[in-house]
Amino acid sequence: MTDTGQAVAAPAQKRSIIDTLELDVRLLGMLVAFAAIAVVFTIWTGGTFVSPRNVFNISVQAVPVAVMACGMVFVIVARHIDLSVGSMLAMCSAVMAMCQAYWLPNMMGLDYGSPIILVVTILVGFVVGTGMGALTGWLVGYQRIPSFIVTLGGLFVWRNVNWYTTNGQSVSLTDPNLLMFGGTEGVLGAPVSMILGVVASVAAVMALYSARKNKLSHGFVVKPLWAEGVMMGLVAGAIMFFVTWLSRYPVPAAKLKRLFEARGDVMPEGYTAMHGLPISVIILIIVAVSMTVIARKSRFGRYIFAAGGNPDAAELSGINTRALTVKIFALMGFLCALAALIAQARLQSHGNDIGMLEELRVIAAAVIGGTALAGGVGTIYGAVLGALIMQSLQSGMAMVGVDTPFQNVVVGLVLVIAVWVDIIYRKRMGLTK
Amino acid sequence: MNIAARNQAQTPLVEMRDISIAFGGVKAVDHVSIDLYPGEVVGLLGHNGAGKSTLIKILAGAYQADHGEILISGEKAEIRNPRDARAYNIETIYQTLALADNLDAASNLFLGREIMSHGLVNDAKMEAETRKIMGRLNPNFRKFNVPVSALSGGQRQSVAIARAVYFNAKILIMDEPTAALGPHETQMVAELIQELKAQGLGIFLIEHDIHNVMKLCDRASVMKNGQLVGTVNVNEVTDDDILGMIIMGKKPAHLAA
Ligand SMILES: Nc1ncnc2c1ncn2[C@@H]1O[C@H](COP(=O)(O)OP(=O)(O)O)[C@@H](O)[C@H]1O
Ligand SMILES: [Mg+2]
Repeated sequence: MTDTGQAVAAPAQKRSIIDTLELDVRLLGMLVAFAAIAVVFTIWTGGTFVSPRNVFNISVQAVPVAVMACGMVFVIVARHIDLSVGSMLAMCSAVMAMCQAYWLPNMMGLDYGSPIILVVTILVGFVVGTGMGALTGWLVGYQRIPSFIVTLGGLFVWRNVNWYTTNGQSVSLTDPNLLMFGGTEGVLGAPVSMILGVVASVAAVMALYSARKNKLSHGFVVKPLWAEGVMMGLVAGAIMFFVTWLSRYPVPAAKLKRLFEARGDVMPEGYTAMHGLPISVIILIIVAVSMTVIARKSRFGRYIFAAGGNPDAAELSGINTRALTVKIFALMGFLCALAALIAQARLQSHGNDIGMLEELRVIAAAVIGGTALAGGVGTIYGAVLGALIMQSLQSGMAMVGVDTPFQNVVVGLVLVIAVWVDIIYRKRMGLTK
Repeated sequence: MNIAARNQAQTPLVEMRDISIAFGGVKAVDHVSIDLYPGEVVGLLGHNGAGKSTLIKILAGAYQADHGEILISGEKAEIRNPRDARAYNIETIYQTLALADNLDAASNLFLGREIMSHGLVNDAKMEAETRKIMGRLNPNFRKFNVPVSALSGGQRQSVAIARAVYFNAKILIMDEPTAALGPHETQMVAELIQELKAQGLGIFLIEHDIHNVMKLCDRASVMKNGQLVGTVNVNEVTDDDILGMIIMGKKPAHLAA
């Protein structure tokens, strides 16, 4: 670790670039791995891998797992596990599907596209997801049943209550408002996306700047201005690259035509439009930023890490660790509902197997992202990056024609190797005894 | 009873009356009564397993007594959890230190009592406060930005001490505070105890080193097998008297009357 932030002037010692930029070595390792995957598949596919279209698809496909992985970080940091997230996703999806396709239209006589369907469906999904999570949390926190057992039970129970909810039928989804959460059906277009990109870049730069100012106001040493500038440039550059890239993915002409016809217009000759940012990715970004703020800057987050580092110490410090457990799992359930909203909209249907085995991907994403199963350690950005790495690997392998079974073999190996490398790194750095 | 202390205040700061607690079949604390006056240091002595830590954990809110009552400044106190104890200005340095190893010194110091601004924890402010208090307690302390797992035993101990001292305790519980310290650091803790005592705090001190007990404590309560052997004024006894109480479990003959 660096010794910056000390009030005393640091002795004049040579500091590496990594130290100066205060880059997290782990993050750096993951970015390098991610870049390596991208480069290999780009060469292998002759460039198709990084085409705007494929970047768009990978982003959209990674969202549900990434959203849930954010919650899983908290669960694992607090020394628990949640094996039921895939089934909770299915349960939320079932209720939301029935709500929008049957209950509200048939029982309440609402028309497709009614804003009431949109709002009520989402609310019902959130309540069901949060409720399932809170129930798990109560059983774990207040009844002291190990989370492994409670959520293993939840995996079976919710998967099959889901089955009864829809009578085992698939439900096809057509409500245009709700399909917007899926990806291609809900995009912001190039101009809005670019504006958002600029706003996000400015916000990121300002956040870095205000953190620096805060440190300075307490007399701590900060990194040199040029290093701060480089960091700001890197972050803003990454945001702008991503936004620009997605803004180069055109909407197919046939679809545009349909959109115009639906409005009773005729598409002008030569009209084109770009996808830009999908709403689902925006949701993921909002979730990731909020969860990071919660982790680092809220009492709730601080207590999660404290409880994971030393449950007794947390208790003796006056933290109500039982209520904390309920909140952690309730949040996990809420994020499952959000993931369900996105996943079902992307598939435009609810099937019984939605979210099947997703718990393993979610846990893998968190763990690849540096969350330690022993508790107390983990980052949100790591988990999101973990989900992206797994999705890129799978997508890349599919593009070059690797069979699905072998794709899963590779994902499994990557999980084990990632943790292995982490353990070796920690030993070398003397972070573990 | 210590005359000086009793003259200062007629009501004790803390009275633990007839406290009992059992874990399964083990009577960890068995009908023990102790008290503490402002500006006084009461030593708690006894072999490992005598029940000292368990007794003070009841005062700290970590355990609930099966039997008995606690009075703070003469009034009956309901201490159901560590938050209640903190509300009575009871601060505790646990034998295990009770630090979250993955968090830095400031996060540990303010755990459960974070300084907030605009609804968010103000890490910079908490670190600045931590630097201030550590500058007083352990001027050599530098490791503010690393998890406390990276600290030496003595440094960890000083974080735990800083946490107990920072929040204006009236009643301080120190469970073997010098266990991980070298002679120099032990001396600093001794000076700190004398300083806090002079400020009028009441201190329960669990300590094995008999010389430290003789030097720092006004009274000493000795426990054995969960029971109170007796409480003596330190200036009326010798080290051997106290050692005798610890080992034999009986008050020496000349005090027994
Ligand atoms: N949480 C617990 N569960 C079961 N037994 C305990 C617990 N805490 C303490 N004990 C038992 O109570 C007795 C007193 O322990 P303790 O108070 O730690 O002694 P001391 O601090 O005097 O060394 C011991 O026999 C110990 O094993
Ligand atoms: Mg003890």
